[in-house]
Amino acid sequence: METAMAPVPPRPKDYKSDIKPIWCPGCGDFAVLSAITKALAFRELPREDVAMITGIGCSSRIAAYTGVYGFHGVHGRALALAAGLKAARPELTVLVAGGDGDGLSIGGNHFIHACRRNMDLTYVLMDNQVYGMTKGQASPTTAADWTRSKLTPHGTGIRPFQPAAMALTAGATFIARGFSGDPNGLAKILVEAIAHPGFSFVQVLSPCLTFRPEQKDWKNAVRSFADEETDDPVAAAARLQDDGALATGILYRDPRFPAYRSRTGGEARVADFEEAFAL
Amino acid sequence: MNATQPCDFSIAITGSGGAGAITAGELLLSLAGRNGCFGIMRRSFGPQIRGGEAASLVRLAHRPIECMNDRFDLLLALDWQNADRFADEIPLHADSVIIADPAMGAVPAVIRDLGTDLIELPMKSMAGEIEGGRPNMIALGVLAHWLGYCPDQAGELIEHTFGGKGEAIVSAARATFDRGFTEPLIVEARRARVGPGPCDAETAGERWDLSGNEGCGLGALRGGVRFAAAYPITPASDLLEWLAPRLEALGGELLQAEDELASINMVIGASFGGVPSLTATSGPGLALMTEAMGLAVAAEVPAVVVNVMRGGPSTGIPTKSEQVDLNLALHGLHGDAPHLVLGALDHADCVLVTEWGVRLAEALQTLVIVLTDQNLAQSRALIPRPAYDLPAIPKRRLPDSGTDYARYALTADGVSPMAIPGQAGACYVADGLEHTETGKPSTAAADHAAQLDKRRRKIEDFDYGELWADVRGDGDLALLTWGSTSTAVREAAERLRDGGRSVRVIALRLLLPARPARLAAALDGVQRVLVVEQSHGRQFWHYLRSQYTIDADMRGLARPGPLLITPGEIVAAVDDWSG
Repeated sequence: METAMAPVPPRPKDYKSDIKPIWCPGCGDFAVLSAITKALAFRELPREDVAMITGIGCSSRIAAYTGVYGFHGVHGRALALAAGLKAARPELTVLVAGGDGDGLSIGGNHFIHACRRNMDLTYVLMDNQVYGMTKGQASPTTAADWTRSKLTPHGTGIRPFQPAAMALTAGATFIARGFSGDPNGLAKILVEAIAHPGFSFVQVLSPCLTFRPEQKDWKNAVRSFADEETDDPVAAAARLQDDGALATGILYRDPRFPAYRSRTGGEARVADFEEAFAL
Repeated sequence: MNATQPCDFSIAITGSGGAGAITAGELLLSLAGRNGCFGIMRRSFGPQIRGGEAASLVRLAHRPIECMNDRFDLLLALDWQNADRFADEIPLHADSVIIADPAMGAVPAVIRDLGTDLIELPMKSMAGEIEGGRPNMIALGVLAHWLGYCPDQAGELIEHTFGGKGEAIVSAARATFDRGFTEPLIVEARRARVGPGPCDAETAGERWDLSGNEGCGLGALRGGVRFAAAYPITPASDLLEWLAPRLEALGGELLQAEDELASINMVIGASFGGVPSLTATSGPGLALMTEAMGLAVAAEVPAVVVNVMRGGPSTGIPTKSEQVDLNLALHGLHGDAPHLVLGALDHADCVLVTEWGVRLAEALQTLVIVLTDQNLAQSRALIPRPAYDLPAIPKRRLPDSGTDYARYALTADGVSPMAIPGQAGACYVADGLEHTETGKPSTAAADHAAQLDKRRRKIEDFDYGELWADVRGDGDLALLTWGSTSTAVREAAERLRDGGRSVRVIALRLLLPARPARLAAALDGVQRVLVVEQSHGRQFWHYLRSQYTIDADMRGLARPGPLLITPGEIVAAVDDWSG
């Protein structure tokens, strides 16, 4: 991207790697990758100043497909790894991505604590309501009566999580929902999420046509939130109660809570501490 | 008084939790230091925060000492609550003295039956004569007199310790100390029993007052750690608490994690960002970290975990010491995951080994587990200022700019240049999936073999120098040990040598990778090996049998905690073997 002439604005493809995704044809995650690269290009972030941190699952493979620094770690812990990176290197733009199983089941504890820690991270949760990589088990966002998994042939019988509502009660200060069928709209949300100085949670409805072919119909059901974004958590919670979990847009943005700030500027020397041990 | 060591005196101060037995012990150790002594102080307590049992176990001497003695010469009991819980940790001898407050009830049978001398001293009512006076300061005055310490230095110490709490507290503490120091009953009694007097105070500045956890914290900072992740667990929490304000003062950062699964991943994330990083935990926490420790190995990210061992398994005996996480540290990782395991031998060694561990992790881009235990971590020692020379260890290898970058390049020494986010032209994805040289995920057999080979090569072929073990003495009998048990083994060896027997001590610092050639050389001419460890399951013994070939008769002295293995016990085992 370096040139002796006037700087050329980066293009989305500059943020893609040359590795071919393993995703199935029709997977929503292709569009999420595209939206992320569009948002990074729009913000003209130098590739080397961005890190994409992921866990394990189909969507977590996205780290390898971006052209920024990346970490493809263990299942469920991407948010914790990202918190360490951001604390140590606050000047970096740190994105975290993964699926509903990775983020809400095995990683559920990290999710709620990442929300309340309110570090300047952007978390993209690609929600297809199923474990795809392990071939079709129910996830924490799967409906109670979904009976297509061999593991739970009678359905889970338990209520699914509402990720946006969890984020709200756990203290996230930017909450949005996007749809892979609308990559431009998703890119606009991501531009705002990256700009937000605290923890930004973006739930993306990203169909799995292999194990949840009925999600093809999302494109007919998804609509925008009826109202503009709010900074009132009570109003945001009320909207989540009756949106059918398929409304998209920015739900909530609250600038009142300060983002986690890494402390910098200490100038002590280690030898200073050693003197305290001497008798 | 120990007849063979005239300047070697062991004291136990006991009381219910909150009675001030720990404070009195810490002040006594400090006072001993100001009076030119060496010493060690262990805290013994149960899991209760208040109202349980608490004891300061203090050993003072005129020469450097590293472990507790076999028995106690003096027991000062502020009260007798829960005495049965710690009685077996405070073995007395026929000439021991007990100082106790008669208002706190009769001496419990388990202690009275030892037939030791009793001095009844109404410490509570003596303290009550002074507004704000507390019995533990009476105790400190009594013990300072008993040991022949200078009261002026006690005044300075009290001012230093309580100065922040206001003048009233300081003067009350001082007056209470003086009351104990001048108590006629003690003055009279002491004529008959002289403890160690103050030794040469000129060398005071050359000695440190250091806990094992503080030593590890200092070693971490010396090694360059500027990020720590923390989840509280006994007995590692105070290491993390020591680091928190100091990292901030150095411009570093400490994050409190939601659990150990998070803390190890935070360490990996920060280290990926180029900042040397560490966390500290104990057995159960280490168990939770094992999955991500495998990630650090596979993705080749420097990461240091200080594991302070306690009684296990499960919650076990969380406030007491045992050498029982060796198996987990050595073998707990999934897959073929070469990494390093180091063990600290004594208080000063906590500084050395942790700094060494951080530097090795950075140089070799791998996981380093540093093992200490509650015995070292939560005891304080007056020791010569830690002095050591680390061999030259390269810093983290960075890529040259402007080249085709391959994060996991197959180099001759197995270490590949590691780009740091922010460096242009070197973006890569760190991956726990098996990968090619460039980091692209791969299931190919050749890639797996090549990466496994490189990750083993960089660790196996590295020259760890002379620090792999602490080897002392000569002779055809070797005491082979590791960790804090080394302190008792060394003292046992001194006693054996004093008795005219030559004995070799080999205490391993570098547990993984094993160094069979080094150990074979150190055992040259040895015909008998006594393996000493604090583990019911003989973890160290089995480690030695699986990793080394030892051409000598072997015996084991192994038993569980919480009672520490003592020098006398080791001497007895040698005597028994020698028949």
